[in-house]
Amino acid sequence: MPRPIEISGLSADYSGVRALDDVSLDVEDGDFLGVIGPNGAGKSTLFSCMLGIHTDYEGTIKVFGQDIRRSKSALRKLGYVPQMMHFERNFPITVREVIRLGMWHGVREERIDEVMQELWIHELEGRRIGELSGGQQQRVFIAKAIVNDPKLLVMDEPVTGIDQTSINLFYGILKDLNANHGMTVVWSSHDLDAVGMLATQVACLNKRMYFHGSSKEFFADESLVRLHSEGSMHIHMQEHKQPPAPPGNGAHVGT
Amino acid sequence: MFDILAYDFMQRALLSGATIAVLCSVVGMFLVLRRYSLFGDAIAHSSFGGVALGLLMGVYPLWMAYVVSIISAVLITKLREKFDISGDAAIAVMLSSGIAVALVIIGLSGGFSIDIFSFLFGSILLVDADNTILILTLTGSILLVILFLFKQILYSTFDEKQAMVSGINVSRINYLIIFMAGLTVVTAIQLVGVLLISALFVIPNIAAMMAGRGFRGTMVISIAMSVSSVLVGIMLSYSLNIAPAGSIVLISILMLGVMLAAKSRGLLHAAVWTGRQKKPV
Repeated sequence: MPRPIEISGLSADYSGVRALDDVSLDVEDGDFLGVIGPNGAGKSTLFSCMLGIHTDYEGTIKVFGQDIRRSKSALRKLGYVPQMMHFERNFPITVREVIRLGMWHGVREERIDEVMQELWIHELEGRRIGELSGGQQQRVFIAKAIVNDPKLLVMDEPVTGIDQTSINLFYGILKDLNANHGMTVVWSSHDLDAVGMLATQVACLNKRMYFHGSSKEFFADESLVRLHSEGSMHIHMQEHKQPPAPPGNGAHVGT
Repeated sequence: MFDILAYDFMQRALLSGATIAVLCSVVGMFLVLRRYSLFGDAIAHSSFGGVALGLLMGVYPLWMAYVVSIISAVLITKLREKFDISGDAAIAVMLSSGIAVALVIIGLSGGFSIDIFSFLFGSILLVDADNTILILTLTGSILLVILFLFKQILYSTFDEKQAMVSGINVSRINYLIIFMAGLTVVTAIQLVGVLLISALFVIPNIAAMMAGRGFRGTMVISIAMSVSSVLVGIMLSYSLNIAPAGSIVLISILMLGVMLAAKSRGLLHAAVWTGRQKKPV
């Protein structure tokens, strides 16, 4: 059976600047992969290439054995939860209608009911998506992503701008989908603590792939964790022209 | 007042007007949600240049208007995509160039014998049988395409990136929408003219968005408002001997005013319609 994702020698530019340089990455069935790296490390470019949005790259990307530049049909086997919602806030669409958009092989209303129950959003079914909080919206988008029972769930920094209670609920759902439903998860995040808690595999990216291996191996190696943190802080200093707050004052190691 | 329904011209006007109202409401909903509210105006102004060109060349003006409107619609999209010009700026360019072309052609030709004002302000009471058939056929064809590709069009309107990931050819859908919008605009010119076209695309939809929650429900409300404003507007125009375009648009604005007042008093909160029957618990 082909691997969910096979990336080999991937190099890509973003706005004329090299964003990814010779990146290779294999995702095995059942993996929970956390992709980490500082801002500007190329995580979003990697995801855009992987999802068939950005097609101008060198190297090959296969999703379930299919080169996505040749055929996009493999994308139907994955569920995708984006970083930020780009829809019009007043868009007249209910929660149920949004989830229905994710169904491709005929609409089965009972499956939509089932997914809404699983994600505790059944009471929101008639509400407009724009009326919901960020956390509720994100659960709706997970419901849309999993309503077809995909084998692979891809998420690009899905908890940006969401309150901590909703984030905890969100992580619980992800853990359940991976552990109890056998769903392969590929997830990019800035939150090292969350990656340590949830991911079985870690890919540490900063234009190049610095590390790809088990989560235990990554967190056991202090130099790797420090490299990630220092990389983040270096970028932070470049962006803000001032040093970040010391860790004791509430700065997060992964920010 | 209802005696006038016995006249053929009035039957044709009401049938054509109601059909155009449905079409503008459905196509307009997608344009409004894509933040393309003034797209209709830009295409209408460009097609006015087409009308003038048609008159100059001795071609039936509406045929030329259809060709020019589709070319303009594609150009607006190309300006946005290839040259990174913002949507509103691209619309402004096409809007002014259409009228400029028309003015130059009219000036060079020394004026036309036919009433150019019927294109500016509409002439639904003058629609003949052939035009009625054309309106019905075009509306039927466009609505069938929308029905067939409803999910792809809705998904790419809602979120282009997610639609792309789910395998939808978003670029193709975008071109299809602007192509259909181009055809719709020229068809609707016969009802309200070049200058008031945006009203048909925008007003019923923003009014309906205050009352509906779900997409289908909102669309049904929009169609109902659009059709009723057109029918009442045409009847009123005949009775008061005023231009139909003016009465149609003013009635839509009146409906929008009622919705705004109801919303500001919190009356719409309880009355929103999801467009789907709630299951019994």
